[in-house]
Amino acid sequence: MGEGSALGGAGGADVPVRLNVNGRGRRALVEPRRTLADFLREECRLTGTHLGCEHGVCGACTVLLDGAAVRSCLMLAVQADGCDVTTVEGIGPPDGSLGPVQQAFVDCHGLQCGFCTPGFVVSVTAFLRDNPDPSEAQIRDALSGNLCRCTGYQGIVRAVRQAASAASRPAGVEEEP
Amino acid sequence: MTEVGSAGATRYAGARVHRVEDARLLTGRGTFVDDVSLPGMLHACFVRSPFARAAVGGIDTAAALALAGVVAVLTAADLNPGVHEQWHTSVGKDCPETPRPPLAEDEVRFVGDPVALVVADSRYVAEDAAELVEVYYEPLPAVVDYTTAEEADVLVHAAHGSNVVGELNGVPADALAEVYAGAAHVVRATISQQAYAPVPMEARGIVVDYAPASGDITIYAATQAPHEWRAFCSRLLGVPEHRIRVVMRDTGGGFGQKVLVLREDMAIMLAGPKLGVPLKWAEDRRENLLAAGKSRRERADVAMAFDADGAIRAASIDFLSDCGAYPTPWPVTSAAAVGALFPGPYRVPAASFATKNVYTNTVGRTAYRGPWQFETLAREVLLDIAARQIGIDPVELRRRNVLRRDELPFANPNGMPYDAISPAETLEQAIEMLGYDDFRARQAELRRHGRYLGVGVSNYVEPSTPGYGSYATEAATIRIEPSGKVNVSIAGGSTGNSLETTVVQLTADALGVDIGDVATVQGDTAVTGFGAGAAGSRSGSMTAGAVGDTAAVLRERIVAIAAHRLEAAPEDIELAGSRAYVRGTPAVGLSLAEVSALAYFDPAALPPGVPPGLEASARYRAEAGIIWVNATHVCTCEVDVGSGHVELLRYIVSEDCGPMINPSVVEGQIAGGVVQGIGGVLFEHLAVDDDGNPLATTLMDYLVPTATEVPEIEYGHVETPSPGPGGYKGVGEGGAIGAPPAVVNAVADALAPFGVTITTLPLGPSEVRALLRGAVSGG
Repeated sequence: MGEGSALGGAGGADVPVRLNVNGRGRRALVEPRRTLADFLREECRLTGTHLGCEHGVCGACTVLLDGAAVRSCLMLAVQADGCDVTTVEGIGPPDGSLGPVQQAFVDCHGLQCGFCTPGFVVSVTAFLRDNPDPSEAQIRDALSGNLCRCTGYQGIVRAVRQAASAASRPAGVEEEP
Repeated sequence: MTEVGSAGATRYAGARVHRVEDARLLTGRGTFVDDVSLPGMLHACFVRSPFARAAVGGIDTAAALALAGVVAVLTAADLNPGVHEQWHTSVGKDCPETPRPPLAEDEVRFVGDPVALVVADSRYVAEDAAELVEVYYEPLPAVVDYTTAEEADVLVHAAHGSNVVGELNGVPADALAEVYAGAAHVVRATISQQAYAPVPMEARGIVVDYAPASGDITIYAATQAPHEWRAFCSRLLGVPEHRIRVVMRDTGGGFGQKVLVLREDMAIMLAGPKLGVPLKWAEDRRENLLAAGKSRRERADVAMAFDADGAIRAASIDFLSDCGAYPTPWPVTSAAAVGALFPGPYRVPAASFATKNVYTNTVGRTAYRGPWQFETLAREVLLDIAARQIGIDPVELRRRNVLRRDELPFANPNGMPYDAISPAETLEQAIEMLGYDDFRARQAELRRHGRYLGVGVSNYVEPSTPGYGSYATEAATIRIEPSGKVNVSIAGGSTGNSLETTVVQLTADALGVDIGDVATVQGDTAVTGFGAGAAGSRSGSMTAGAVGDTAAVLRERIVAIAAHRLEAAPEDIELAGSRAYVRGTPAVGLSLAEVSALAYFDPAALPPGVPPGLEASARYRAEAGIIWVNATHVCTCEVDVGSGHVELLRYIVSEDCGPMINPSVVEGQIAGGVVQGIGGVLFEHLAVDDDGNPLATTLMDYLVPTATEVPEIEYGHVETPSPGPGGYKGVGEGGAIGAPPAVVNAVADALAPFGVTITTLPLGPSEVRALLRGAVSGG
């Protein structure tokens, strides 16, 4: 929280930022080197954004930045100044129930330990918004930026298929999983 | 499959019940250890050795301490004297264990060896300060090649007097000389696999919260075994066990790596109380790949003798394992399991084994899903080599040797008492699912067009649910609250094994209550009885036993209360749908809430001899010493002989884990293990260079499979009940055991036209191309 010591390698004084996180305005003074992920986890106490590698490979820290899925471990909080950020805590409906992607993960056994899961939920949400009717190959390609060590991706791929077909068929029509 | 969720369902076991863990995890409301933040909490960062072996001349902490925000820089001299005892329960106090200093003392023994601990008010500052700690090293020659470690002049642990950690041998190879001499076919190979590792998506981590006034210690940890961590911490610090509480709400995967307390965890357990503040260490990925341990790096000379019909006459293995500098746990027994299990699910009349474990100046060996799985890799790869050498189809060779149901129980020649398994059935089922003959026809057709497909098969029989020592029991406490709602607590905890869901299902069935009326508390030593944790594929069976024994006490009490109230005979009372009613007359009954209200609020209305309340605890003791599990894996692939790229086409697992408590959970466990096994063959390599420098310390270098490399996994089930509760068996580890040889054999089969024999892993594109070049030049 802006420890910013002279020798801290921070290279400068704390910087004011204003972000809109999950629909709520946040103002803070942050060290220039503070990552967006740490800002979300520590300053905002939104600990659903997870750190699995801190070098941009595993995808567990994925959030939406002005709608685009980004690795919050590879961004600084100061770079997100003025942006809208959506974390996994803000993906579902405001009443706290599960959104369609989240529900598909439940239905399809798409998670086990759950550590990678927030990153998958955020990535898949962005993917299906942009590609509402993806092919199998597109689904697997879209998922390849997120690592999971528990599920072998079996339930995750099924969940994306289900969420995609739920999004692209008329309301009220049930489909066999 | 049955979907369950409505009231009135009579049985949840066997159904694809949705997981109770999911809602919190999908909404970012899980509690992993790095999510724990306590008032005044400080952050730790380790200073680690850049050398595989060096003498530590001195440590200058002045510059680090001068940095604003740094609270302490601790070295071995500060922390290590605080160690009272350090031993793991499952291994015991008297084992000739490797001494494990929390921080390195006079010598560092691998790259990543923790040398000092920086404590600061943020992780950023702690990492800055770690770079300012000056450690004076005198680099020394290191032992890196485990195959020559025994003869090396350099000793990893001088005090040990040898680089051999330990050996355990069975029947000596010489004793079988006549069998081999008289055999129609003898097949020999030296088979090895590279180091790879569990790589849980959440790295390790611990928060130690010491309360100076009371002396109480609360530990939040990424662990598979909270009770083991409490017991270990108690012994380590000399603090009574009941003053320590270990809490794990969500652990982000473990796969064996998070069962036992490792050296960094010890250092934080010591440092927290020493500093008198809450202290967190959240391991980063680089540290996890450097220092959390390696698995699998091992090799063996293996041999099998066959008669003219292809019947196995003998199987022999001479095994060598690289244990690194600080193996945890003691590696000798799991190596011996490699020897003892090598005959596998086959009719093998004679066997010999020798197992040896050596120290090297590399990261220590730690447990990983099926720690003995090399026996299956070596045996199944050797069987395919044998099939080609003898000139028999590899499936046919297995068919002739696989154990059949009417031969059980069958003790393998090393004394492993197999029973309640079905390897012949899983083999036939998996082969049928593939359509083996059709595949062979298609393979032959495509070969004519220069495309190389292959099929690989592997069989295994695995010991699950160890019924001895600290693993032999498991406790449950069930409280039916005054409202009739049910809380069940069990050691457990969520590490990806869906144990919360499993316990809720089992409890709902055992008490005849609606599943929505059951909640579970796990992973908190303050409210759960001792349990050895998620290890040894034990949780399903042991949990079923614990819930069953505990619920039986409460069922009897509910029935007695209801019978008394309803003026019916106890044997006529049925429990279902959260009600107790007279069999055949569901309208005549009491809700569980009504029974509970009587039990808690109207003790005078209870029948004579029935205690008030509806709370019970029981500790289940395993009836069987081991519950055996078997499976057959079948993999098909296509190899691009130009690029060396292997594409997996189909992956089939036929498994006999007994009745399934939840098919989705079973399949999830199998799939996760299979994909880890695929990764271990095709992608993952915790490589070091000749000087012991790690070459894979990021997830860009250490490649785990992604969704694009993994085929859809097809499941077949054969159901042979175990002798344990519910007939259940363990299914956590098998996927990682069966997969590697299935993939290796598929690649080898694809490359068979080139005369390629595969005996060394991994099989990345460059290795495959090298095999093809070698075959061409050698042929």
